Amino acid sequence: MHSPKHKPARGPIIRRAAIEAFTKLDPRRMVRNPVMFVVEVGSVLTTILAVQALVGEGEAPFGFIAGVAAWLWFTVLFSNFAEALAEGRGKAQAESLRKARQHVQARRLAERDRHARAEQVPAAQLRRGDLVLVIAGDTIPGDGDVVEGIASVDESAVTGESAPVIRESGGDRSAVTGGTRVLSDWIIVEIRSNPGETFLDRMIAMVEGAKRKKTPNEIALDILLAGLSLVFLLACATLYPFSLYALETRGQGAPVPITVLVALLVCLIPTTIGGLLSAIGIAGMDRLIRANVIATSGRAVEAAGDVDVLLLDKTGTITIGNRQAVELLPAAGVKVEALAEAAQLASLADETPEGRSIVVLAKEKYGLRQRELANTEARFIAFTAHTRMSGVDLAGREIRKGAADAIGKHLKAKGGGLSPDVQALVQTIAKSGGTPLVVAEGSRALGVVHLKDIVKGGIRERFAEFRRIGIETIMITGDNPQTAGAIAAEAGVDSFQAEATPETKLALIRSKQAAGHLVAMTGDGTNDAPALAQADVAVAMNTGTQAAKEAGNMVDLDSDPTKLLDIVEIGKQMLMTRGALTTFSVANDVAKYFAIIPAAFAVTYPDLRALDLMHLHSPQSAVLAAVIFNAIIIILLVPIALRGVKVRPLPAAALLRRNLLIFGLGGLVAPFIGIKLIDLVITTIGVA
Amino acid sequence: MTAHALLLCGTYVAVLVALAIPLGGYCARVLGGEATLLQRPLGPLERGFYRIAGVRPDDEMHWRDYTAAVLWFNLFGLLVVYGLQRVQHLLPLNPQELGPVAPDLAFNTAVSFASNTNWQAYGGETTLSYLTQMVGLTTQNFVSAATGIAVLAALARAFSRRRSETIGNFWADLVRSTLYILLPLSLILAVALAADGVVQTFAPAAEVELMRAATGPEGQVITQQTIPLGPGASQIAIKQLGTNGGGFYNVNSAHPLENPTPLTNFLECLAILLIPAALCLSFGKIVADRRQGWAVLGAMFAIFLPLLGLCVWSEGQLAPQLVELGVDPSAGNLEGKEVRFGPAASALWATATTAASNGSVNSMHDSFNPLGGLVPMWLMQVGEVVFGGVGSGLYGMLVFAILAVFLAGLMVGRTPEYLGKKIEAFEVKMAALVVLLPSAGVLVGTAIAVASAAGRAGISNPGIHGFSEVLYGFSSASNNNGSAFAGLGANSFFYNLALGLCMLIGRYGIIVPVLALAGALARKQTVPPGPGTMPTHTPLFVFLLAAIVVLVGALTFVPALALGPIVEHLQMTGTHP
Repeated sequence: MHSPKHKPARGPIIRRAAIEAFTKLDPRRMVRNPVMFVVEVGSVLTTILAVQALVGEGEAPFGFIAGVAAWLWFTVLFSNFAEALAEGRGKAQAESLRKARQHVQARRLAERDRHARAEQVPAAQLRRGDLVLVIAGDTIPGDGDVVEGIASVDESAVTGESAPVIRESGGDRSAVTGGTRVLSDWIIVEIRSNPGETFLDRMIAMVEGAKRKKTPNEIALDILLAGLSLVFLLACATLYPFSLYALETRGQGAPVPITVLVALLVCLIPTTIGGLLSAIGIAGMDRLIRANVIATSGRAVEAAGDVDVLLLDKTGTITIGNRQAVELLPAAGVKVEALAEAAQLASLADETPEGRSIVVLAKEKYGLRQRELANTEARFIAFTAHTRMSGVDLAGREIRKGAADAIGKHLKAKGGGLSPDVQALVQTIAKSGGTPLVVAEGSRALGVVHLKDIVKGGIRERFAEFRRIGIETIMITGDNPQTAGAIAAEAGVDSFQAEATPETKLALIRSKQAAGHLVAMTGDGTNDAPALAQADVAVAMNTGTQAAKEAGNMVDLDSDPTKLLDIVEIGKQMLMTRGALTTFSVANDVAKYFAIIPAAFAVTYPDLRALDLMHLHSPQSAVLAAVIFNAIIIILLVPIALRGVKVRPLPAAALLRRNLLIFGLGGLVAPFIGIKLIDLVITTIGVA
Repeated sequence: MTAHALLLCGTYVAVLVALAIPLGGYCARVLGGEATLLQRPLGPLERGFYRIAGVRPDDEMHWRDYTAAVLWFNLFGLLVVYGLQRVQHLLPLNPQELGPVAPDLAFNTAVSFASNTNWQAYGGETTLSYLTQMVGLTTQNFVSAATGIAVLAALARAFSRRRSETIGNFWADLVRSTLYILLPLSLILAVALAADGVVQTFAPAAEVELMRAATGPEGQVITQQTIPLGPGASQIAIKQLGTNGGGFYNVNSAHPLENPTPLTNFLECLAILLIPAALCLSFGKIVADRRQGWAVLGAMFAIFLPLLGLCVWSEGQLAPQLVELGVDPSAGNLEGKEVRFGPAASALWATATTAASNGSVNSMHDSFNPLGGLVPMWLMQVGEVVFGGVGSGLYGMLVFAILAVFLAGLMVGRTPEYLGKKIEAFEVKMAALVVLLPSAGVLVGTAIAVASAAGRAGISNPGIHGFSEVLYGFSSASNNNGSAFAGLGANSFFYNLALGLCMLIGRYGIIVPVLALAGALARKQTVPPGPGTMPTHTPLFVFLLAAIVVLVGALTFVPALALGPIVEHLQMTGTHP
């Protein structure tokens, strides 16, 4: 099965990237990256100079100019290779996604009726608002909502998850994605997107990087890099008239060779980050896709790095989806076994996870075997919104379980009521953040079941890490403040909003944003849509409604709300990697000056050799060594660009200190060593 | 370094900081429009100005209006100075009956004083009438400094606001900085200087009998000397305080009547850095986080102090060749220095005047030892942001802070922010312009000068030193310092025009992007600080900021410097034959 989770083979990607490194040399493409465009122009210029040296009189020996020209070409090619490599994985995925889209025929219905007249049309012709019938074995032709019917759908083409999911009309499970397949039954789908705007199209564009727009930070960085390049262009270009003047006043020496000026310029402009910038961006998106999250734009991913408030739904994110029974508390004068037996009986037919957990608790803690009631004269009372109770009538016994007030009302009708000690138990459980469930038989309450939210393992530590890097976590729940407070304390979130409604959620986001915060949240229901649209980073669950998916700027294909935490880290990592390589690149320049300046003026001002701290072999080997270092460092840093700098849960101050030490100081020292080594190597093997 | 030098520099820094603290707070109140002690006596005057000019000081301006006001006002000042020079022969107060100033020189001088550069291509006494000096230049000494403070105030305000379309009122900022900051300080300093012997009189030049008759070049006996007098102290005060630097006398503060005693020397030297240092602390107060002001001041000191140490140490040495001739080395390098100040106080002045964009001198920088001379030149080339001009130094430094934050800030994994303002594409673009424009002025200007016949004609000292002279001239003009390397014949059509353009670019090519930056920052939401925010008040950031200033300055100018001062130095010390 082709899917995002499928890992493409390495060999073909590298081979294809190597070829693309050359096709990307097209100047119309290169001009998008000003730094590397300058290098390409320099490569062409030095190549011409090399040809001139070969056929006639050159400004320097042919071997030297050709060497510089070759390494300048390598610099451009290495940068293109890095970009192609980053794109490679996405390209492979895009191809398999495209296959899912091809040749789909749709049954367009004239009206919303299974038996209405249907015509066969290619999926590409479907417009918003069209109704299509999809039956078992068909591929769903486009994104939309199920308006009638129920079906099991295989969404693995998009999500990579092979277990089928149920899609039905109404409620929060109505959205379907084009390219997925109906396995059983039938549905009528109302198409929600026009051709070219579908989820699959978006996904293909995303993974391919074809429509990749530069993110805001990338643009700012590009401007800075272009500005730096311009400064260095001035510094290098003015050297030529300066050297002519020096030559004239000294009456000795020669003007600086153009080749050397080009070499100096290329070494000074930030080629390391310039060459890897787009690869970093693409790799960041790729990491997101590998996490099975589709973002509508790179902007959203970057914003995720800036987020400092996370709104997290309690259920599913902080706690595992359901409450579990953890304890049985009998009323005064009731044996706990009696309570356990009644509770178990009342829950046998209760297929909710809470009900099941009661049965399990009774079995495991109180040794009650699960009984087969199928043959007995049992009548099960299902939970209704009206009575808010469930239970069983069995051989004259009438057992009920439910919320305290519901059971209280039920008992009062029977002439009984909740005894003070049962009420006290209810209070105690509620105060501790649990949900009390009262079990009654006849007109008497037997005791209380303690249902508890189970906080996910490891989540507390995760929140602590977030607090350390300055991200506030807020738990959102419909529970009452007491319950919410207890769970919030157990999970270690910074604050919580209890009795939340879509309106209060929206208001909370707005107030946080008004205070200057950037807010991220997850959601799936249609009533989450306004809040999702308001949040800066909004992750919609793939299982959610079409409205939620459209309001959000990311979709999590795994529908795992905890993923938000990973998304934030991926965003941060992208920014960090850019910053780290920029710092490294700029710090590199110092050593290159010490290598090239004395070499450039070796003839006119031999005194400048005092600046040659590295004691390089000759002016030509010095220039060549600097250029080679400049090219090789790009290749050496490709793994960091693609993998990203490791995100550590440290406060900004500590992180800055650490990264400045590694990339700032490292960037200062590394080229001194690197250039000296390369100089040794090329002089030993006799290249220069 | 001697104990005396240490004591001098230590006292200087201590007194500077001690005075900057209250003054910084005071300036912040003035710029914030708050009530101050001087409001009662000077308030009517301030309101009078507004009434005459038809300005409502509380009418806030959009950054475009603010910029337009700055530019119109400066253009007006520029035209007045230009016009005065061109028609001075028709106007009163011209006892020497000087003719009109040539158009190119008049342009250069007008730009020079409007832009707070005070580059002097003219010879004062022989070119400009009293009226031109008083009405034109002295006025500009005040208002060009006030313009710098106003632009800084707008930028600082922008950081402290959120979602605001306006950045203050230029006219109010201009009037308040002149009336409440520059005038009172000048008055205090002038009185202090006059009390200690600096000339301040309206009496005509004094004719005095020489104690010992001298012989003139043609053998005639000279028994009398004319000593020019005038209202010196008042002019000197604003010259020092407003980072102007144009001297009352031709030899500037080396003159015994301009700077008679070690005490006046200390006070004048203190005045150079006083307002630039204080404004850092005002900035901290305006953005409601004093630590930020200290951090910026700290970064300035982090660059200033090592260079001061180097310069003072270097001037404490005597060239080995002179020692061989039997000169006592204990007094240090006294050539070109006033004996009443000595090497330490001269080196301190040289460092301060080039750190700030002042340009006044109390000794000949040309006669400094090689390393001692390198310090003033290099301080100008880092962009006049180490203290720098009044107001302009700090806004330049804040632009570097934005760059530093952007370069390193990404490394903490968030969109970089400075003082809660996100630094995005537009801010980076403006910051890049601010760094790029003066550098372009220096490099392109120097390149054209050494490549053209007109430019070479001004070089009196051919060879490497001639190159250094041109480089120094364009560095000084493009960074609005105004000090000159002796030897460049700058009063020619080419240099008047080229340096004039460089001064314009160096001043307004920065003011416009800085105000655009202010407009953009004021509009932004402020991100509240948290553990995820990169702190900009820590020693690490101070170090980072200083390093970025030094690195950008060095990377831009190393190739050019290598062909000038560096190769000169290497040839002089002769490490390579």
